[in-house]
Amino acid sequence: MPAPPPALEISGLRFAWPAGRRGAGFALAVGELAIARGERVFLHGPSGSGKSTLLALICGILAPQAGEIRLAGAPFSALSAARRDRMRAERLGIVFQMFNLLPYASVLDNVLLPLAFAPERARRVGPDRRAEARRLLAALGLPEAALAAASAARLSVGQQQRVAVARALIGGPEIVVADEPTSALDAGTRAAFMDLLFAQVAAAGATLLMVSHDAGLAARFDRSLALDRIARTEAAA
Amino acid sequence: MILLRLALRSLLNRRLTVALTIFATALSVGLFLGVEKVRTGARSSFADTVSGVDLIVGARSGPVQLLLYSVFRIGNATNNITWESYEDIAAMQGVDWIVPLSLGDSHRGFRVLGTTREYFTRYRYRGGQPLAFAAGGRFDDLFDAVIGADVAAALGYRLGDPLVVAHGLASFSLHDDAPFRVAGILEKTGTPVDRTVHVSLAAIEAIHIDWQSGARASGARLDPDAVRQLELRPQAITAALVGLDSRLGVFRLQRAINDYPEEPLLAVLPGVALQELWSVVGVAETALAGVSAMVVATALLGMAAMILAGLNERRREMAILRAVGARPRVVVGLLLLEAGLISAAGAALGLGTVYGGLAIAQPFLDSAWGLYIPIEAPGAGELGVLAAVVAAGTAAGLIPAWRAYRMSLADGMTVMQ
Ligand SMILES: Nc1ncnc2c1ncn2[C@@H]1O[C@H](COP(=O)(O)OP(=O)(O)O)[C@@H](O)[C@H]1O
Ligand SMILES: [Mg+2]
Repeated sequence: MPAPPPALEISGLRFAWPAGRRGAGFALAVGELAIARGERVFLHGPSGSGKSTLLALICGILAPQAGEIRLAGAPFSALSAARRDRMRAERLGIVFQMFNLLPYASVLDNVLLPLAFAPERARRVGPDRRAEARRLLAALGLPEAALAAASAARLSVGQQQRVAVARALIGGPEIVVADEPTSALDAGTRAAFMDLLFAQVAAAGATLLMVSHDAGLAARFDRSLALDRIARTEAAA
Repeated sequence: MILLRLALRSLLNRRLTVALTIFATALSVGLFLGVEKVRTGARSSFADTVSGVDLIVGARSGPVQLLLYSVFRIGNATNNITWESYEDIAAMQGVDWIVPLSLGDSHRGFRVLGTTREYFTRYRYRGGQPLAFAAGGRFDDLFDAVIGADVAAALGYRLGDPLVVAHGLASFSLHDDAPFRVAGILEKTGTPVDRTVHVSLAAIEAIHIDWQSGARASGARLDPDAVRQLELRPQAITAALVGLDSRLGVFRLQRAINDYPEEPLLAVLPGVALQELWSVVGVAETALAGVSAMVVATALLGMAAMILAGLNERRREMAILRAVGARPRVVVGLLLLEAGLISAAGAALGLGTVYGGLAIAQPFLDSAWGLYIPIEAPGAGELGVLAAVVAAGTAAGLIPAWRAYRMSLADGMTVMQ
């Protein structure tokens, strides 16, 4: 029996930001990278080294100028923008560093948001979506009172990050991508957050790719990658 | 569904700016619809003033001028028509009734109209309603006067009060030796009748007996009782209203009057003359409509600017939506939806403003200007305007939507805060 395809494969990837308002231009190239299903991978590198850019490529928000990204053996980066958006909705859950939530929307609506774009995930959740959102939030240790908040903006940063994880996990996506999810948290909440993240990603059977400039977190992961090892980057002078 | 809810909550989150924008839109829409209402109201008020009259006859001048001085008491006749011509017209084939109008005198700023008793039964306003008396009745005596509702209200006249007619329209030379008496007060009509003092044709003659070419003949005094004994036959009148046996004959009769050999006369169909009047004032109306349309456009552009100004703060929102799988067109759609909702709310509130304003102002407009604007369900035209406002507002939303689209593509996953 052949081994199942990796959750994520990258080959010959190249991408460049043009010079503009946000910088003098930046180029990134990744030769080969594969992440197995269920693997928990840590990607670190200094700030400005291109981690977020690589994640945006992996998430299909950016399209590479050369090379390919495949998800579970299926072409991803080669798809049209619309089909990439759909595939991202179905297969990926994304957690940002901060300001993860729509501030005016309720906590539950924030969690349920991806299901509006991912019918498969919505189907997996079943008819009672709100119950599933509540279950996830409870499992992530969000207090019942926080759920009743008029809008997500009322929550503390730590609570917002947990809601973001619930949003990333609802409907069981294959890969959870987290871009410095702990850097806005203080040391105490950070450890608790990591525990909950690992537990729930494992419970969902998802693959985890987390980025941070804090190499100290690396020990908990199956594999740790330094960006400058897997990628060649080039910032214009 | 969740997207509509999100759009609404996003608007609610910015309620102050959004509310101001909605108000601006509502005011502009209200202005536009209000101008339309007043315009159509004015037109139908004018048309209502001459209902039931088939032809207006006067000395030869312009149809609009004839209409204005005879019916609306605006401006003056350049010439009179002789009593002989009047009698000839009255005898023409097809004429059912004819009412003479003799203008030229005034009473404390109100026009005095010399006419016959038939005027009160023939005159029709607002969809064929006849004149009604609030008090008293038609004139019987030579010096009886019937006054309109505004005259009675403005001068505080009651039945039996005396009144003195001035010669000319704004003259101090009073016909003070022939005081009239209020014999009837008419109900409010919302037409120029309200501002008119009606007397008999004979009375008009009577007060001019001792006048020669505008100045009082020296020494002569008028004794009312002696005058009552005289047989007063009018020399000339200003205009006449004509009703026909059958409307089919109207053009034939009109031609006959216009070709009358003894004297240059003009007969006009009130509807046709009104049309001509509207084509004259149409330019001003169009300009007014144009200005209020520009006000609507300004409000909608203001809305687009409001959304545009808020976009930078909302880049995060766009990035989040993109991250959970929303296509760029969803981001565009949300902003268009937002613009559409704001303009729809503005349009609805504007419509409400018009009806609310109308409910308050209707009696006032009617009494002050005789402008009766009915309160009725919005017509196809108004709904069309509202739909156009929503469509134009949504289209204006394309400006911020396009910008958001560009931004969400350029931002990738990280937004610089
Ligand atoms: N949206 C963008 N437009 C242009 N340049 C960008 C954009 N985002 C990032 N960059 C550039 O790419 C480089 C890497 O940024 P980023 O991927 O955010 O790094 P990291 O996440 O490791 O801090 C930076 O030099 C930055 O200027
Ligand atoms: Mg980054």
